[in-house]
Amino acid sequence: MELALNQPAPLLKRLSWFDWLFAVIVATGGLFALSRFGEFMDIYEKGILLTAIPALAIFGWFWKPFRTLFIVVGAISLFAISQYHGNLARMNEAFFLKYLISSQAAIMWMCALFGLATLTYWAGLLSRSEFTMKTASAMTWSAVAMGFIGMMVRWYESYLIGADVGHIPVSNLYEVFVLFCLITAMLYLYYEARYQTRQMGAFVLLVISAAVGFILWYAFDRDAQGIQPLVPALKSWWMKLHVPANFIGYGSFSISAMLGAAYLLAQRGILANRLPKLEVIDDIMYKSIAIGFAFFTIATILGAMWAADAWGGYWSWDPKETWALIVWLNYAAWLHIRLVKGLRGPMLAWWALAGLFVTSFAFLGVNMFLSGLHSYGTL
Amino acid sequence: MNPTPPSFGKSVFELLSSMRFAISLLSILAVASIIGTVLKQAEPYNNYVIQFGPFWFEAFEKLGLYDVYHAAWFLVILTFLVVSTSVCIYRNAPNFAREMKSFREHVSEQSLNAFKHRHEATTAQTPETLAASAQRYLEGQGYKVKNLPREEGVLLAAKAGSWNRLGYFLAHSAIVLICIGGLMDGNLIFKVQQLLGYKKIETRDIPQSQVPAISRLSPSNPSFRGSVQIPEGSSADVVFLNVADGYLVQDLPFSVALKQFRIEHYTTGQPKNFESDIEIFDRSGKKIREATIAVNHPLIQDGIAIYQASFADGGTRLSLRGWNLFAPTASSFPIEGTVHQTTTLTSAAGGSTLEFIDFRPFNIEDMGGGDAPTRDTMSVLGGSSVGDKKHLRNVGPSFQYKLRDARGQAREFSNYMLPLELDGRWYMMSGVRDAPNEAFRYMRMPLDADGNIETFMRLRGALLNPDLRPEIAARFARQALPQNALGTEIETKLTHSAEQVLALFDKGGFQTLGQFIEEKVPAAEREKAAGTYLRILELAAFEALKIANRQANLPPPKTDDATGWVVRDTLNSVSDMFVYGAPIYLQLMHYDEVKATGLQLTRSPGKNVVYLGSLLLTLGVFFMLFVRERRVWLLIKPGHALLAMSSAKHTIDFEKEFTQHAQALDSLAQ
Repeated sequence: MELALNQPAPLLKRLSWFDWLFAVIVATGGLFALSRFGEFMDIYEKGILLTAIPALAIFGWFWKPFRTLFIVVGAISLFAISQYHGNLARMNEAFFLKYLISSQAAIMWMCALFGLATLTYWAGLLSRSEFTMKTASAMTWSAVAMGFIGMMVRWYESYLIGADVGHIPVSNLYEVFVLFCLITAMLYLYYEARYQTRQMGAFVLLVISAAVGFILWYAFDRDAQGIQPLVPALKSWWMKLHVPANFIGYGSFSISAMLGAAYLLAQRGILANRLPKLEVIDDIMYKSIAIGFAFFTIATILGAMWAADAWGGYWSWDPKETWALIVWLNYAAWLHIRLVKGLRGPMLAWWALAGLFVTSFAFLGVNMFLSGLHSYGTL
Repeated sequence: MNPTPPSFGKSVFELLSSMRFAISLLSILAVASIIGTVLKQAEPYNNYVIQFGPFWFEAFEKLGLYDVYHAAWFLVILTFLVVSTSVCIYRNAPNFAREMKSFREHVSEQSLNAFKHRHEATTAQTPETLAASAQRYLEGQGYKVKNLPREEGVLLAAKAGSWNRLGYFLAHSAIVLICIGGLMDGNLIFKVQQLLGYKKIETRDIPQSQVPAISRLSPSNPSFRGSVQIPEGSSADVVFLNVADGYLVQDLPFSVALKQFRIEHYTTGQPKNFESDIEIFDRSGKKIREATIAVNHPLIQDGIAIYQASFADGGTRLSLRGWNLFAPTASSFPIEGTVHQTTTLTSAAGGSTLEFIDFRPFNIEDMGGGDAPTRDTMSVLGGSSVGDKKHLRNVGPSFQYKLRDARGQAREFSNYMLPLELDGRWYMMSGVRDAPNEAFRYMRMPLDADGNIETFMRLRGALLNPDLRPEIAARFARQALPQNALGTEIETKLTHSAEQVLALFDKGGFQTLGQFIEEKVPAAEREKAAGTYLRILELAAFEALKIANRQANLPPPKTDDATGWVVRDTLNSVSDMFVYGAPIYLQLMHYDEVKATGLQLTRSPGKNVVYLGSLLLTLGVFFMLFVRERRVWLLIKPGHALLAMSSAKHTIDFEKEFTQHAQALDSLAQ
């Protein structure tokens, strides 16, 4: 009873020693990077780095498991970097790098772990085994850690190829697919803890597995995993903001689509007693679209501002821009119906599921079938 | 009681502000937008005619499908969106503002009892004591609380998350602002001027200075987005605006001069940077500033942003050597040319003109086979950075030209300056195509052991020389026959056959030979005959080379594999010449490169309006989606407390919060 009465203490008083340690680690890392590499950054990049420090700290305070993830990824990435001795060829020589934590090895581990997690979630869902589900969660967490390590190391490797080649690994279709997997998984893990339900993992991990399938095909069939220097149009600090913001949108929309599918199945009695209550699925579906919509709005605005720097105008009706607008309009309509009309139920679930096709077309279809200025990722 | 039917104005107002109408508009806008991404916009009109045929071309043009986003009907949809959103704001804003301020303190006990989320508790405390502790609790939870004395006790009216309503207001005004900003940067003014006949699109290909005033826009034009190409050492004081099937000339308040255009490369050969060193002069010719612009780093001058958009050749001077391919000699003639200019050919194919189109100092080609890249390599904006780049290699300079015959028919050619290695041997490559949308077909001419094209040219000349044919045939027969056959009828026959084969080959290469065999030889023996003819041709060609070398005072060709390949490749090339489509081949000897930069100049007064709208939109979306508006009432009477809670959105979070407040009340009331 006392708990209910407790008025929320001011944020700073609620922080544990670990929160503070985390903040100190983030700040130390950020400031070290600034002092060591500041001369290679322009004013905007310094701004992004300095803003990232409080943003990451607060994000960690808000979502506690992120602190551990951050520290583990940071530590292992630094260890990997130390193994290179500044020589890219060590990727195939040093044991740890070759089999575990060179960027490509880590990303492949991520792929494997996501695949296993998907199977495990389904096994847990079908056998109603809480333990199996917990294992699946752990696998997903490990996949996320490996993926981030892969991205961090890839970032470093790009500088080993050449000081002028180095860039943040969000510049081509291969890299953003990894980013997509990571962001989608993190968003899901957040909801999983928040709603104390692991059953939806089976569905969400399906869309991640599809992305993993693409990564594998793209790497093994198309040899796309190589780090390529940036085309001049991408050499901008805007990329660090625009791309991740966009993928928070894409990831959220994908989650909502998979939840839409789960909703529709449960509503027809399929897996109904294994899945969470319809209201819960519906609620997460809404939250996911809300987050996605907010970040997609920001991403599109950032994209417009970047276009005003690079393409000569904030809006050119380029196919990618236009499809971003179509995606935005689609979810704007969804939210209007839900919020204003108060509509719930299968219609919105169907719509969220259909939204996946609109979103995928904007993400992939435009690159495959339409030409335009935004053709950084061809298949 | 029959309600009176609403007036027409009222009905329109109702419709415009209705949710159904808004959703329909969003959907229609989305569908309309798709058209423009499926159908390539603002292409030259000719392409559309080819694609759709004359009937549909005209139908689609009437619908404005070639520039959907500026079509009148598209603007009408946008206008409806703005009107609908504005009406919606007008209708809701006063209400929402009241709601934000109001504590809804006039609720009656009866209505509170009707709430779905209602919780009752008994208490021994006085209403005032409980009200005070409850107020502290609610304020701690982020509520604004009003303490109202009621006849027997106290009513606490509390609210939180009022900013949700502000979010609605911000987000919807943002849409209106963004659309207004977009309209400011659209070409509405020109459209009106065009409609009234003040302005006209220029469709002729004439020098900029001759474009009449009716197709020019003054420097005070508030908004434009145009492009211009400036060669090194030149300047421009206008930009061109592509409109429908023509263009407009936009006069600038200053002139831009290009000092130098640069392309930097990564060590892998991919372009790393495109930069232009430019100077800005005012209209009187006084220099205002000097700057370097690059992709992602535009320059702003007088509110006009100058962007690096593309590059091109700015009139490179070419020194060439030409061969008349069907002349029975090996001699060549010199030609001088400049890219973007035309030369009349006098020596060959009288009346033909050479139009030099382009020069490329480097060509990154996929040497692993497969299709050549088809994307616009001259745009600096896009570019894929993934894909199979293993076989990419710079194969050196190339130049492109059109050869137009006296009847005006033209073919396009692309010749590489340097030889290319294919299958272990080196060739000069010349590509040809009949239309710009086709891929180049390449003719390859073999190089000799010294790396020169001369042997090929000499042998070609000798093979095509009918006067040499008897001698070639005679020498061939003598070489081919055993000693005891010489002077017999066999020799005469073989000489005659060789002469015939050479004559057939001269008429149209392997194809005429093939036709001949098909007509004259029975099907069963054709393969054998073809082998024999080929063998005769090769050996005769070797003899031809010997004769040609002697005539040119050169030592006889070596009898080795290399010579064998040159002879074989020459036969292939000569055969290809008949379908090559040009009587001449041009080899690039020297060049003096002049580059041109492609700039885009934009004046967009609506940009800041759009940015302000974007900021409001972001804030609005966050307030609307992540600030939950909820209200709590606590009616306390002696011995009894009634908690009621309401929210526009009954989410799971709301249920949780209600349970928490209910528990809190229970413990406070104890």
